[in-house]
This record gives sequence, C-alpha cells and structure tokens, in this order.
Amino acid sequence: MIRFLVRRVLFGILVLWLISVAVFVLFFVAPHDPARAIAGRQATAETVALVEHRLGLDQPVLTQYWHFLVRLAHGDLGYSYYNSEPVRSLIVARLPVTLSLTLGGAILWLLLGVGIGIASARHPRSLLDRSATVFVLGGLSMPTFLVGLLLLYFLFFRLHLLGVDAFPGGGYVPFTQSPAQWAQHLILPWLTLALVSAATYSRLTRGSLLEVFGEDYVRTARAKGITEQRVVYRHALRSALTPVVTQLGIDVGALLGGAIITENVFGLPGLGQLAVQSVVTQDLPVIVGIVLVAAFFVVAANIVVDFLYAVLDPRVRRR
Amino acid sequence: MVVNLLEVNGLTVTFPTPDGPVRAVRGISFGVDRGRTLGIVGESGSGKSVAALTLLGLTPGASVGGQALFGGDDLLAMSEPELRAVRGARIAVVFQDPLSSLHPMYRVGWQITEAIRAHTPASRRAARERAIELLGMVGIAQPRRRIDDYPHQFSGGMRQRVMIAMALALGPDLVIADEPTTALDTTVQAQILDLLHRLQQELGMALIIITHDLGVVAQTADEVQVMYAGRIAETADRRTIFYRAHHPYTLGLLGSVPSAAGRGRLTPIAGQPPSPIRLPSGCPFHPRCAYRMDRCTVEEPPLLTVGGGPGHRSACWLPVDARRSEVMV
Repeated sequence: MIRFLVRRVLFGILVLWLISVAVFVLFFVAPHDPARAIAGRQATAETVALVEHRLGLDQPVLTQYWHFLVRLAHGDLGYSYYNSEPVRSLIVARLPVTLSLTLGGAILWLLLGVGIGIASARHPRSLLDRSATVFVLGGLSMPTFLVGLLLLYFLFFRLHLLGVDAFPGGGYVPFTQSPAQWAQHLILPWLTLALVSAATYSRLTRGSLLEVFGEDYVRTARAKGITEQRVVYRHALRSALTPVVTQLGIDVGALLGGAIITENVFGLPGLGQLAVQSVVTQDLPVIVGIVLVAAFFVVAANIVVDFLYAVLDPRVRRR
Repeated sequence: MVVNLLEVNGLTVTFPTPDGPVRAVRGISFGVDRGRTLGIVGESGSGKSVAALTLLGLTPGASVGGQALFGGDDLLAMSEPELRAVRGARIAVVFQDPLSSLHPMYRVGWQITEAIRAHTPASRRAARERAIELLGMVGIAQPRRRIDDYPHQFSGGMRQRVMIAMALALGPDLVIADEPTTALDTTVQAQILDLLHRLQQELGMALIIITHDLGVVAQTADEVQVMYAGRIAETADRRTIFYRAHHPYTLGLLGSVPSAAGRGRLTPIAGQPPSPIRLPSGCPFHPRCAYRMDRCTVEEPPLLTVGGGPGHRSACWLPVDARRSEVMV
C-alpha cells in the first residue's frame, strides 16, 4: 500500500517536472521581451539592459532554467511584472477563495448528483427517473455563466427588489472572519457549480449502479436476506462509486486551478480571476505560477483518486 | 402422502420483454424433504435456475404463478419482509461462480458475519467466532487467519467453500446450489460435491442441486428432475433416471455424458434448445427428437406415470413401458 502510494507520488513529481519544462520553454524561451515590458516603452536601451541583467535574462538558457528550477524548489515563483508583488503571495492570497468555492461546490454536487443517481437507478423509468433526465439535460446543455447569471437574477436581484437580501450578489468574506458570512456569500457560486455538475454525476451514478445491480454479488447480498437499503448502500454503491471518484478527481483538480467563469460571474477574488487579470496584463510570471499551481492540483487530485481506489478496492492494492 | 419441507405446485414464471413474454417456467411441480437431495438437470435456458431462484424472490421483473409451500407457508405469497426473513436464514443459496458471487471489496469474514447478524442478534464477536467455525467446517485451513482475507486471495475451490460456509451460517432447512461446480476445475468439482453431500448428511438439510451435468447428479441426488423448455420432461429417483430413463431428451443427455472409461462414442442431441419466446407446437422437444410421432407435433404431453420405478413420470407420448435406455446405455 505504501509502496503503491510512493510510486504514485514519484510519478506525480515527474509529471510536474515535465510541466515545468514545458512552461519554461513556452514562456521564457518563446520570443517576447519581458525586460522591455517592465522598463516601459520609453525606456532607453541601457535601462532595458539593466532590467534584463537583474532578471538574469542575459545568461545562457540552461543557466536560466537552472535558476528557474532552484527558485521553484524553494517555492519562489518570481515577481509580478505588473505590481512587483511576489507571485507566491499573490497566489496564496487567492487560494482560500478557490478552495472554498471548489470544495463546497464539490460536496454539494456530489450530494445532489449521487443522490439523484441512486434514486433513478433504484426506480428506472419511473417519473422520478424521467424528471431527473430532464434536469440532467438542462444542466448539461446550460453554460456555467448562464446558470450563474440566472441564479443571480432570481435569487439575488428579484429577491432584493422584494426587500429580501438572503443571498449577496458577489464578493468574498474569509472563513476566519465570519463563517456564516463566508457560507452566505458562497451559496450561489456553490449552487452554480452544483447545478452544472450534478447532471454528470447523477448520470454516472445511475449508469454505474444499474450495471452493478446486475452483478452476481448483489444477488448474493439479496439472497442473504439483508435489507434492500443495505444491498444498495453497502454492496452496490461501493462498487458503483469507482467511476464517480475518477470524475471527481478530474473535476476538482481542474477547478482548483481556477473556476474562471464562476469566479468572474460572482466577483470572487480566486485563482481564476487572477489568471484572467494576468493574461490581460500579460503578467507572465503570474501566469506561469498559476499554470504550475493548477498542474500541481491536477496531479495531486489524481494521486488522491488513486489512493481512494486503493481504499475502495482491495484488489488495486496489489498492483 | 408425506408432506415435504418444500412443495411447489404449478409454478409459472414469465418475463415480459419487448419481443413478447418469455415463459421461462411453464407450470412445474416438485418437492424436496429434509435430508434429501433433488437434482434439477437441464440445458441453459431450460428454466431450472429461474424456477429455484423465483422461490426466494430473486428474479426481479418476473410475473409468477403457482404455489410454493415451505414448511406450510407459501413463499410466493409472502411480503418482502417475510421473504427476507426466510432468505439466507431458512433457505440459503450457493451460486455458480464464487469469484463473481462474493463481493470483491469486502473481507470474507465480513460477508459471512453480515448474513449472521442480519438474522440473529449475535454480537460482532460471536458472529465472527461462528464464521471462523464455519470456515473450518467447510475445510478451509487456518480459518482464524483466512477470515480477514479478500475473495481474490482464495483459489476457486476455496472461494466456493466460503460460499458454502456463508450459506450454512444460519443452519438453513434448505440449500439451493445453483450450478455449484460449473466454474471449477474437474478435480475441485468432486471435492465440492463431496463437501456438500457430507454437510447435508451431517446437518440433515434439504438440498436442491441445479446443474446441466448429469455427472453431478449421479454423485449426489436422491431424486432427479430433468427440465426442458420450462417444463419437467422426466422425474424419478436417481437409479431410474440413469438405468431406466423414458424420455428421449433424458436419453439424449445420458448419451452425451463422457464416461471415464472412455468406451463408446458420445452422441450429442441434434439441434438447439428452442427459443423461450417462440416455443414449438406440441411437445417442445419434437424438432430434436428421434422418436417423433405425428401426435408430438400438435399435442404437448403431460407428465405421465411410466413404468421405471415408483414416482417415475415422463412427459412423452411413447408407450409407458418403453425401456430403450437399456438399449442405449
């Protein structure tokens, strides 16, 4: 079990290293002129050369890459071209927002999606199953920003006109400052993520569960005389969750790199918003930082998924 | 007339499908008593497994008719909670493929104790001790150590022993073994059949063995019932089936069993089993039968008493004293 995990982690580090190479090649070797960008259009050639020297851009590419790696290993992602702040602190400041948004959303869409999936699978072709299908089609075909805007319109704007301010229209309050306000500000973003994703999860759970219901060991469980409840939750669901866990790893990993649309609709100062800003201002060190952090989350999420597989299925542990 | 532990009367099982109703079981009656073994033999699709599993409500989506008296209560009329109290506790099932029939993600001990604790107020510890005892009883070495292993850590034969231990956990009155040896190696098959037979003798339960293999029946059954196209083709005690069979289908099955001595050629039964949606007119076996008469194509024969021995009945229009089995075997 431990060997299995160590292997996964080493493999993850390898992937991250490859991504760092790709990022370096793309952003430090591709033709662009960061020194001029920093010094400004009117700067003299000397000033530009000075900036270039300070950034180490006058050194050979391999040396630059070595310095890049060494700094990376120390957690130093360089400084923003835009406001000279350390990229690391920029990212660290945004991380709690994205973490809160993604994890809360994930819990909500799991409850919603898996719950609907179980109900649909237990009564296939029932009224409930059919309504769930409609709900799913709606969720699948609506873009995230539309769901977000609709929620804002009905649950913030219309309620606001009625004099009810149950849900704020945007912004973020840190958990440490006020847990209640934190949750209140995040409910609509969470709902947005949940409504968009629950569809996928309910279909996934339904299909997987229906397949497992046909397995011999589920029949064995019924033949034992245990309750149907137990057959579904202890025997069938455990096997049926494998594809759900996979999908969850992919989605959470991707969202942690920045839930760009949701963050922008609700004005949440998360990684996604930072990414958009830094692309607009061509703030390359920040972009690189975000790419690396996003890659880290995807890799980490995959390791967690592998770990969960091993927890769920003893047969995986041997591999 | 002696009242058996299980008395099934006129059982019908029909599955609705888009192509029309599949009449998997078309009115069969049978019984088995404590300490006795009934072998149900037939090709796949003959309805033998469906007939047995329907008794426990394990055939979802089927519409069921008839009566199945178990200790005087009709299993087919029971509510789901009533039936659940019977399942696993008073009637247990040993399934065909122990690899797919045991949950791959739970330890075998957990799976056995779950059955025990579903029907008794046994503590976790007591159930575990009982599970260890059961594993030892079915011949698993070092049961105290093996109880925490997962199914994939056992060999096929050992897994089937685990299944049997699970079935016996609550001392059932009736065990239904559905093709218990089909997925196993030949050498292991004999061991499992011996084990089932020995345990039945010790515990005095009734046993139904469902199989396509007459060899399995020859080792274990007291009574044999041959099924074809959802009906009983022939039923008798084991000796009569093997030495004085009446129905041409039974004779065909006997002719296609390889013997260890290796004498004689195998005679396969010509043709395919009929589609359960479009059964042939008259006797369902007539398209494949070497003794077909005109009557067979229009009129389905009922189970008629024939002369092989007490309780020997055959669904065939051939004369009751026909004894071709002596010629053929």
